[in-house]
Order: sequence, then C-alpha cells, then structure tokens
Amino acid sequence: MSYTRDAIAPDATAVSQDKTLQVSDLNVYYGESHILRNVDLSVPAGQMVCLIGRNGVGKTTLLKSIMGLIRPRSGAIAFDGAVINSKTPDQRAKLGIGYVPQGREIIPRLTVKENLLLGLEARRNSKHSKEIAAEIFELFPVLKTMLSRMGGDLSGGQQQQLAIARALMGQPRLLVLDEPTEGIQPSIILEIEAAVRRIIATTGISVLLVEQHLHFVRQADYYYAMQKGGIVASGSTSELSQDVIQRFLAV
Amino acid sequence: MLIGLFDGLFNGISIGAVLLIAALGLAIVFGLMGVINLAHGELMMLGAYTTFVVQNAFRQFGEPFFEIYIFFALIAAFFVTAGVGLILERGVIRYLYGRPLETLLATWGVSLILQQFVRSVNWVLVIGLAVFCVLFFGGLWILNHRQNRAFHKWAIAALLPLSLGIAIAVGRFLADTYQLAVTRPWFGAQNVDVSAPTWLRGGLPLGNFQLPYARLFIIALTIVCVAGLYYFLQRSPWGLRIRAVTQNRSMSSCLGIPTQKVDALTFALGSGLAGVAGCAISYLGSVGPNTGQNYIVDTFMVVVVGGVGKLVGTIVAALAIGTVNYLVGSGTLAILFTPIQPLADFFTFFATTSMAKVMVFALIIAFLQVRPGGIFPQKGRTVDA
Repeated sequence: MSYTRDAIAPDATAVSQDKTLQVSDLNVYYGESHILRNVDLSVPAGQMVCLIGRNGVGKTTLLKSIMGLIRPRSGAIAFDGAVINSKTPDQRAKLGIGYVPQGREIIPRLTVKENLLLGLEARRNSKHSKEIAAEIFELFPVLKTMLSRMGGDLSGGQQQQLAIARALMGQPRLLVLDEPTEGIQPSIILEIEAAVRRIIATTGISVLLVEQHLHFVRQADYYYAMQKGGIVASGSTSELSQDVIQRFLAV
Repeated sequence: MLIGLFDGLFNGISIGAVLLIAALGLAIVFGLMGVINLAHGELMMLGAYTTFVVQNAFRQFGEPFFEIYIFFALIAAFFVTAGVGLILERGVIRYLYGRPLETLLATWGVSLILQQFVRSVNWVLVIGLAVFCVLFFGGLWILNHRQNRAFHKWAIAALLPLSLGIAIAVGRFLADTYQLAVTRPWFGAQNVDVSAPTWLRGGLPLGNFQLPYARLFIIALTIVCVAGLYYFLQRSPWGLRIRAVTQNRSMSSCLGIPTQKVDALTFALGSGLAGVAGCAISYLGSVGPNTGQNYIVDTFMVVVVGGVGKLVGTIVAALAIGTVNYLVGSGTLAILFTPIQPLADFFTFFATTSMAKVMVFALIIAFLQVRPGGIFPQKGRTVDA
C-alpha cells in the first residue's frame, strides 16, 4: 500500500459540499494492468447519475474503488467533501455509502430478515432499533412474506430487491447500484426501477447507477460513458443521443 | 447385557463429550474462519494450567472456598486463553489469512513456544517480558502519537534492541539478586495434578457400576458450552456478524461490519473455549506441557468428520467417534458378538485402547472416501467462495 497516494490531488479544492461523491483523476491497477485511467466523476446531492459502457470497460472496478474494495494507485475519492481514500469498506459504509453489488451478494445461509438486519450495521446512531422499517416493505412487498426464508433460496429478482432493501436499511446518503437489472425478468425490472425512483423522491439520497438497460438509464439525471477505463462522454440524460447509445450500450 | 450396553454408551458419550468440548473451539476457528490452528491443543494446555493455578490460590482460602474454585477456574481459563488467542490473532494470524500453509507452520511454531514457555516460565521471564512489552509497545504508542514523523523508522529500529537490552538486564539483575526465588520455574517440565473438589469425586451408583461425577460434570459442561455457543451465534448481534463474515467477507465489510474486529472476536472465542476444554481435561489426568498434543489430532479429526463449518456435524462426529472408540476398545462389541465366533475374534483383536484407535482411524479414512465433505458437508454456492 506504499504506492497509495493519500495526498489530495492539487485540484482537489474543487471538492465541494454540494457534490455527494467526487472522484478525481483516479488510476486503478490490477497488478500491472492499468484498469482505470484518470477517471473524473461526480454525483451531485440528490441526483441520480448513471454510468454506461460495454462489458469490461471498468465500471464495476470504479464502483469497487469507491467502496474501498480496491485500492487506487493515485487520485482522490471524496465523499461529502472529505477524502476517503484511506478508509476501509466498513468505514465507508458507516459514512453513508450503500452498496448493491453486481450479483447481489446476498449472504446465502442467513434468513431474509437477518440479511436485512445486517443492513443496520451501516447506521451510526440508532443502536436500539432492531425493527425493519415499514417503508422497506412498502417498496418491496414481496420481502415481507419471505422473512424466514434463507437468502440463498430466493430467486434472482427477489435477491436483487433484498439487496437494495438491505442497503436502504443503513439509511445511506449515496446508493451505489451495480447493474441491478442484470439477468432479471422484465416485470421485476420495472418494479426495481419504480422502487429506485421512489427512493430518490422520498428520501432525497443520491444514486450512482451502472446500467445496461436503456429504459432505466433514461431515469437518471446525468450520465457518464466509459470506454477502455476512461470517461469518454458525459452529459444530461435528456440529451442522450442515439449515437451515444449505439456506441456505449450493449443493446 | 443391557447394563453392559448402557455402560458402554455412557462411557462413549463421556469420551465424546471430552472430544466435543475440545473440538468446539476448533470448529469455530477452523470451521468458520478456515484457520488451521495447530496451537489449539496448547491453548487447552494453558487452560489446564490456569485451572491448576486457580486451584492453588483457592486452597489457601480454606475448605469452603476450595469446593467452588472450579467455577472460577472455568471463567479464568476462558479469559486467559481468550486473551492469548487474541494476542495470537492480532500478532500472527491476521497477517496470514488465506494462506493455510503459512498459518499451519506459524501456529505449529507458536505451539512449540507455548510448550516451552510453561516448562521454563519463572519470575525472571515474566518480569523480563513485561518490561520489554511496556518499553517496546509503549514506545511504539508514543511514536505513533507524535506529530513529527521524521526519524520514525529509525526510532523503531533503535527501540527494539534498546527495550530488549533493558529487559534482559533487568532479568539478569533480578536473577543475581534473588537467586533461586525468582529463577525457579513455576511449573517445570513435570506434570502437575489438579485435584477435583470433594463433590466431584466418587460417582453416582447405578446398579452394579457407577457413573463418575467428574465425567457427568464434563458432559454437563459440554452441554452448557454447546448451548451457549449456539445461542451466541444464532441470537446475538455479534453472532450474526460472525456468520455473515464467514459466508461473505467482502460484502459484509461493504455493509459496515468491522471484519477485523469480527475475526479477532471469533478467534478469541474459539481460544476461550479451548481454555474451558483444558479446564475439563485437567480432571481426567495429570497436566503437562505436552497435554495439548494428545488432543490436537483427535479434535481435527472430529471437525473434519463432522463437516467443516457445521457445528451440528462436530457434535455428531464427536459423539460417534467417542462411542465407537469405547465400544471397540473396551471389548463390549466382542462380547456382543460372542455367538458369531469369527466376528468376536475380530473385535477381540481390536479390544485395546491403541488398537481401537487404529480401527477408528481406518473407519474414518473409509468414511471420508465416501463422503469427503464429512457428515454434514457445506452445500450450495458458499462452497466455492
């Protein structure tokens, strides 16, 4: 870890309070292969930002770096104006980053209820509440009927809903979603989409989303397109042109 | 006939209880964390020595207190070994997660160190160690809390020989001044004997044989430990965290679970259970520096046969191995098969303690050929992760 530059990049004065997340000049390597190249990205408070790009361009790597699962070689990741490069994943979760990874990563041999209760770990204050808030079941009614089932026995769509619910249990200020619709039947995709939209409307949290599904991408306020480990295009999703879609979405 | 079978069953279960209580800590450390801790037997040995120390302390208080020392010994053994386990995890094992071969060698080394430690521990050694720890780790603490980071590495480099030198000098000075009073080993290489309080001696008469109270006590203790452990893992918040980290470490940390704390706690818990087991085995025979080695193979066997990561498997395997071991070793099976002469001859051949072990091992090898994952193998996606 001696190569991790904890020092902030010179232009990090640009880190401001109204950006929930600001990634500046991030470089990530797996061994000697250069995965992320000078990535700049920011998520404004209360907005939904979508990251698009074909398979293998580094989208998941970027999210993992934000979560702290991968150590960047250089660059800064700032959350709420404070650089969090040296923080471990559990510290970042406690700061208010809720992570829904690719493949859901539900703990298989724990019940749905226990999986949800694990989401409380990210909360800093409320040690007393051991109850699952009613809003969770309003968003995902299917979970209410399955509380005593093992997490690993749920279907893919149910697991995805559980993973989002689990992240919400920690009352995050930034929700990081990695391909929440991957490999899920269309009717459930619509449910998940609606839930995410409702979360943003009711709680006002920021969302960083990696998505291939065009319909979902259009829900976002802003998009970044990645290619070969770098950000190559960005803009408001209302201006998302057919050309960009053709080039960066694997449809 | 029936009495004989009942006797065999009771003895088998009591051997199984000893195996189980010894394997319980290992089932957590090896089964849940995947750490092969060869020093587990030595942690049991430390628990047994703690019992010995507590017993000697209570003997000075006189008769009524001596009767209940065992409960204090259990608590003390738990916390002493949990503390040693914590130091072991923080100092050695946490650098070796995911590297089973290195862990194996390192913990074996630790087991040798612990064995020699109880042989040669005396006041000089203890005071020297204490002085060294205070100087070195105190110095490190001060260095880490200083703002000025210049010369940081050099200061550490100077600190180590300095504190080592002072510690050795203090030890030499003490040894020269007080002579034998401080250089005599506390325990020495000889075995020591833990005597049970009077209410644990004798046995419950039942027909023409009796159930020894010491064995009944160990069975009860095992049941309490299993129930307590089960309750802790299934019901407490830390138990939930331990189960989560066991199944998916990186996602657990992304959820905000402090995985390092969970590792340390799990290891300390497993070590503490080894201490309780050490307390229990101190009533089965005398306690020596090599006591732990007699148990380490058996306990690993129990965990592997039961299925790694499954407490239920550990329980079933311990009881099964204990019962088979006794039924074969005591010749009960040989008597049972008297009508069939060849079978009776066969079991008579194995009807000694060591030959019974040979048979149990052979059975286990055969069993693991059929079911490599043990009695209750892990199923599903967790296996590959």
